[in-house]
Formats: sequence, structure tokens, C-alpha cells
Amino acid sequence: MSYVSRGFRGRRREGGDAARIPTGQYLTDDFPVLSAGPTPHTPLDEWTFSVMGELDEPRTWTWEEFRTLPSETLTKDIHCVTKWSKLDTVWEGVSVDTLLEGVETAAEYVLAYCDGGYTTNLPLEDVTGGKAWVAFGYDGEALDPEHGGPARLLVPHLYFWKSAKWVRGLTLRAEDEPGFWERYGYHMYGDPWQEQRYWGD
Amino acid sequence: MAGTAVLGRLTWRLAEVVRLVDETPRVRSIAFDVPGWPGHRAGQHVDVRLTAEDGYQAQRSYSIASAPGAETLVLTVERLEDGEVSPYLVDELRPGDRIELRGPVGGYFVWTPEDGSPLLLVAGGSGVVPLMAMLRHRVAVRDGTPVRLLYSSRTLEDVIYGAELERVAAVSDGIEVVHTLTRSQPAGWSGYARRIDDDMLAEVSWPATDQPAVFVCGPTRLVEGVAAALVALSHDPLRIKTERFGPTGG
Repeated sequence: MSYVSRGFRGRRREGGDAARIPTGQYLTDDFPVLSAGPTPHTPLDEWTFSVMGELDEPRTWTWEEFRTLPSETLTKDIHCVTKWSKLDTVWEGVSVDTLLEGVETAAEYVLAYCDGGYTTNLPLEDVTGGKAWVAFGYDGEALDPEHGGPARLLVPHLYFWKSAKWVRGLTLRAEDEPGFWERYGYHMYGDPWQEQRYWGD
Repeated sequence: MAGTAVLGRLTWRLAEVVRLVDETPRVRSIAFDVPGWPGHRAGQHVDVRLTAEDGYQAQRSYSIASAPGAETLVLTVERLEDGEVSPYLVDELRPGDRIELRGPVGGYFVWTPEDGSPLLLVAGGSGVVPLMAMLRHRVAVRDGTPVRLLYSSRTLEDVIYGAELERVAAVSDGIEVVHTLTRSQPAGWSGYARRIDDDMLAEVSWPATDQPAVFVCGPTRLVEGVAAALVALSHDPLRIKTERFGPTGG
């Protein structure tokens, strides 16, 4: 049940793009920046990416090693819980499948961890099977630090806070544990098509 | 976990407009009566949902301007010329109208007096809104935390809460308000007249050794610049909390 707002008409979007925008979202051409604190600037020669937790041998790549991994260019729609959506964003990144190749694990969840202390939690099956990347390029350029560079997680089928900026690794976990925003009331899963913004949505 | 709010499901509530205050030519404060409002902490925001007659809906987030426990829930909204929601809120709403909102949302960009450290607030434009909730909270509970607010506006006319800030700084011990006007200044202006820069922050901010709690809110460029400058001044990045709004939205 919704209450009709007297005199509100809104700005409907007609045509093909309308079906690509979840309820409660609006389309933007900008790329807004949202983060909880200062932008970290980790030098590339100190940067590593690790897979830890429930696997036999933790894995770590230096930036140089990471960049020799096979990467792909993808075009994706993204949806931020602060209500903006952006269509056809172009990214370059390494599939999480590549990073987890050959790993045997009983884990069902991952906790992504980042410079600056940010974390976010996801089911393992939402970052495998061609659904998630560690992205280092945006729109043909190196990913800007404001937008999470040198590398961020990209999980476009979930609200964009799950695509953690400045990501440095994944911890494979048997149980789900709330990450940074999830502890402050944001949804544990975050499906924009079900409007899972906050706890209980 | 410290700072973790225990939240139930955030339900949509019907909020009735009880008062409108024009803050600047582009900015209006809207005081709502919200039956069942669960209360909030200074710095949190709400989601607003508008519904057209044919069922079309639009949602946006707005910071809460009122102190926790205040009689009404106040949102202060800037009209974005290109916006879909803000022109309605600023120009169309009348006392007695009702809209849907839910919250409070967000638990990180939040100040409570228990923090115990000096408080540094840095605002650009309507980014002052959640910081005003902190200042009003500090005043309402007669807390003694030393506070400095550095507030960047384009012109004197664009200063939101100008009279209240002047009054609060005059009558309260330990509250200092420093304005900078970036575009034009009235005759005889003796304050800062440029964008916030490293020198200004070094002059206005508490020394890093005081470990102040820092809240920065404004457009992305201001927030990025201020946060980076404070880190360069040896402030602990984890003490610097930021909230940004881009040119989008509305």
C-alpha cells in the first residue's frame, strides 16, 4: 500500500531502459562517489590480493602477478542502494572464478576485505560461475582511486556496496558474517530486484 | 559491536508536514510529525518515497537535520534544478500534506557525546545538514564537547542555518563556526573567501594529537580534498567519517 503524494507526477522513463531499472532506482549518467572515509592510496608495489580462510593453501598475488592473470572486458548495469542506477558500465577485471580455480572448500560464504577496513559479505555462489570480478579498469582507463582503484570487487547483480572498493582479498567462510554496512542495518544479501536495501526488506 | 544499532524492519511511515522554513532561495527545511518514529542518532538519514496517482514511485535519501528527540523530524532539502524529487519537496509541499518515509538509516556517520573527543565538522553547501543534527544534539543535551564547524558556501545568501549558527556560537561555550564564501563576499567580509584548502584546515582543525572525531559532508571534490588533507595532517583515517553527495540525484 502506498500513499499518493498530492500533485506528484515524477519523471517516468519510457522504452527499453525502463525494464533495466529496479523499483526505487533512478538513472544517472554520472558516476557518484560514496565511501565512509578517506580514499586509501596503496602503492602498487605494496598491493597484494589474497584468498584466505577455508582452503588448504592461502593464495596471494602481487600486483604484477595479478595483472598477468587472464582478464575480461564486461559491460554491466549497476545499482547503488542510494537509489542511482547506471547502465552499460564497461569494466576490465579478473573473474573470481580464475582466482578460485582448483580451490577445494567447504565454505559457503566469502567476506571481502579492503584497505581502509571496509568489508562486505557474500554467498560464495554469488561470486562464482561468472558473476563476480576483481576489476582494475573502468571505461578503458585504470580504475580511479575514488572509484576503488587500484582494484575493486565487481558483483553487478547485487547492490553496489557489495562491489567493495580497494579490495585486497577474500576470506572463505563456512558461515555468513555481516560486513561493514551490513552491521549498520544494510541487507545481508542485497538483491536490487527485490529491493533488499535494509534488514528485513 | 560498537556503534551497532539494533534495528527492526524499516517500515514506511506516513509523515505529515507541520512547518516549512525557507533557509535560502534554493533550500527549505520541512518539519514532519511522524507517528511511531523510533528515534534517530545525529548524522543518520531517511528514505523518502513519493507515489504518483498512476502508481509510479520515486525514492531518495535525505539527511535528518533535527536533533535526536526533537519534537518534529526535520529534513532540509536543496532544490536540484534537474531533480525529480527535490523540486516537489521544496516547492510543492504544504503544511498538512503527507509523504512516506522510513528510517533512520545508516549508523556509521553518527556522533554521540560519549565519543569524548573534540568534534571537527567540515561542510560544503547542503552537506551541513547532518552536521547540524550533531551540533543541535550537542546544544540540546548541554554537552560540553568542543566543536568547530568549518562551512563552505558559495555566497552569504547560500548559507543554511546562518542565524542559528551565529546564535549558537555566541551563546555556547566551546562552539566555533568558521565560514568560507567561495564565490562572492559581502562588503567588509573578513572571513575566508576561497575553497577549503590544506592551509585553512591546518588553521581551523584541532591538532591530530587531540584525536578529534571528524565528520565531512559535501560534494565529492570537497570531501575527497578535505579527507586527504586531514590524513596528510596526521589525522587517523579511521577517525575521519565522510558522506558525499554528487551532482546527481534530486
